[in-house]
Amino acid sequence: MPKQNLRPPNLKVTPQEYEQLSKSMTPKPTIGKNVIRAFLVGGLICVFGQIIINSFVQVGLPKDQASTATTALLIFLGALLTGLGVYDEIGKFAGAGSIVPVTGFANSIVSSALEYKREGYVMGVGAKLFTIAGPVLVYGIATSIGIGIIVYFLR
Amino acid sequence: MKLKRMGNQTVVFSNPSVILSSYSVVGPMEGQGPLSKSFNSVWKDNISGNSSWEVAESKMLEEALEGAINRASMAKDEIDYLLAGDLLNQIISANFAARTMGLPFIGLYGACSTMALSMSVGTMLIDGGFARRVLVGVSSHHDTAERQYRMPTEQGGQRAMSAQWTVTGAGSLVLGESGEGPRITAATIGRIVDFGEKDANNMGAAMAPAVADTILNHLNDMNRTPDDYDLIISGDLGSVGLNLSQEVLKKNGLAFNNFSDCGVLIYDKKQDVHAGASGCGCSAVVFAGHILDKIKSGEYKRVLLVGSGALHSQTSSLQGESIPGIGHAVVIEA
Amino acid sequence: MFEQVIPAFIVGGLICVVGQLLMDLTKPSFTPAHVLVTFVTGGAILGGLGVYEPLVKFAGAGASVPLSGFGYTLAKGAMEAVGERGLLGAFSGGVEAAAVGIAAAVFFGYLVSITFNPKG
Repeated sequence: MPKQNLRPPNLKVTPQEYEQLSKSMTPKPTIGKNVIRAFLVGGLICVFGQIIINSFVQVGLPKDQASTATTALLIFLGALLTGLGVYDEIGKFAGAGSIVPVTGFANSIVSSALEYKREGYVMGVGAKLFTIAGPVLVYGIATSIGIGIIVYFLR
Repeated sequence: MKLKRMGNQTVVFSNPSVILSSYSVVGPMEGQGPLSKSFNSVWKDNISGNSSWEVAESKMLEEALEGAINRASMAKDEIDYLLAGDLLNQIISANFAARTMGLPFIGLYGACSTMALSMSVGTMLIDGGFARRVLVGVSSHHDTAERQYRMPTEQGGQRAMSAQWTVTGAGSLVLGESGEGPRITAATIGRIVDFGEKDANNMGAAMAPAVADTILNHLNDMNRTPDDYDLIISGDLGSVGLNLSQEVLKKNGLAFNNFSDCGVLIYDKKQDVHAGASGCGCSAVVFAGHILDKIKSGEYKRVLLVGSGALHSQTSSLQGESIPGIGHAVVIEA
Repeated sequence: MFEQVIPAFIVGGLICVVGQLLMDLTKPSFTPAHVLVTFVTGGAILGGLGVYEPLVKFAGAGASVPLSGFGYTLAKGAMEAVGERGLLGAFSGGVEAAAVGIAAAVFFGYLVSITFNPKG
């Protein structure tokens, strides 16, 4: 709690009491509604991904390559919808339903890069592409290396 | 020399400043709100052909400043000081607007309280005999503020239910030593009150104690009760902060039936802004339009405008610091 | 064309629900960026423990499209490469396996960013 030394008259409420009061008067997120929307939209994005995988398999791609190609295509679509100004509207409705799929990863990359274009192509677009992609890659890659090292010594 | 101080934090002006003219400019969303008719100019979009949102905000402030001077039928050279501020780092919107205006410039930062702060300081300059006419103006812009304080506007996500929507708008007043118009008769400069709220998506809760503290001290210094005012209006606590502020003051034995908030008035519930509005521009355009109109029409005789500021930065938030809140009050009388 | 679509819907939807609950039930400082980092790390760890693989087999895109699938790809690549190339594989395998995703994100992200302007 910040230290404050205020000359009276003072409010007759302690920071602790205020915290309680503030908690009780601050509207809560509408969890039920949010969860249903996240489930539906997240599920549908995955269904869309599955249909693309199946189509790639049908034209003769091996299954793991089909899955990789689908990831790339979804990243493209997520990026494009962000550029068109549509993805933030989906996100407002779906919450995590459109953040967790890889399209949401693309959205987070493009949204920060797009806004900083006016600050230049190197320190604006180039640097800001990694505002969120950076932490994701750092933690993802570091974890995978850690796992690889553990596996090496446990073999 | 006669001291104009009263109580701990208040000054009562012996030569109140006169609000000679006002001008407000807003973005399209504010133009669709319930106060649309009270604004002088409504932009069709948030950028209006400028090269960036930051440039647009600065141009908007310029338009408001020029507009107020024109409406006072005054030449720019008759203004002694320009007092202006905004929400962006190093108050760049105000700096660049002041570059165009070419007037002696005092930049002020009080976050959303900047309008009330500049009205107080402007009147002090006039009452102290340092200026005959002072131009005050502030601005905020939804897109510049969001990307500075929160996240990119194109990022898909849900805003908290307690979040406030930064107003795109700029408001300006010409204050003079004499003339016709409502007068600024007293001011209470607030102190930082911080009860430990850390959530930048709940700024109303962070600022409510500071506003309550300023109102408490103002009434105490002036030996007045809430009923001495036709309207006590904070700018801008939003719906969450307004309720909290009243609740806290209740514990000090103060009850209100004339307490409102600029951030609650400017948007319609249908506009899906959650807890209301925020941003320097909010209290500026609501005061320069809606409230001044009602003072001039005689509906309000005495109004207490309490500007509320959340004086955090993105750095302090990331470092886990709480949000220092402040409230500055000015008394406007018909 | 439509095989595995139903498990993909259910599992993919449920993984997103976990993300939604993480955001709504934790402190507001838990942003979308934190959600993404949690999922990629969580997916890698579950992949390392061998839990995520069966989920991908069962749900297909339902498990590979959420960002946890990206973490799983990284971990799987690292583990397989260790078998082939030893310790050096731990460093190269993950990025190799996820290379298309990373490159696509950088390339398409850049392309879109320079083509469009933010709408606000």
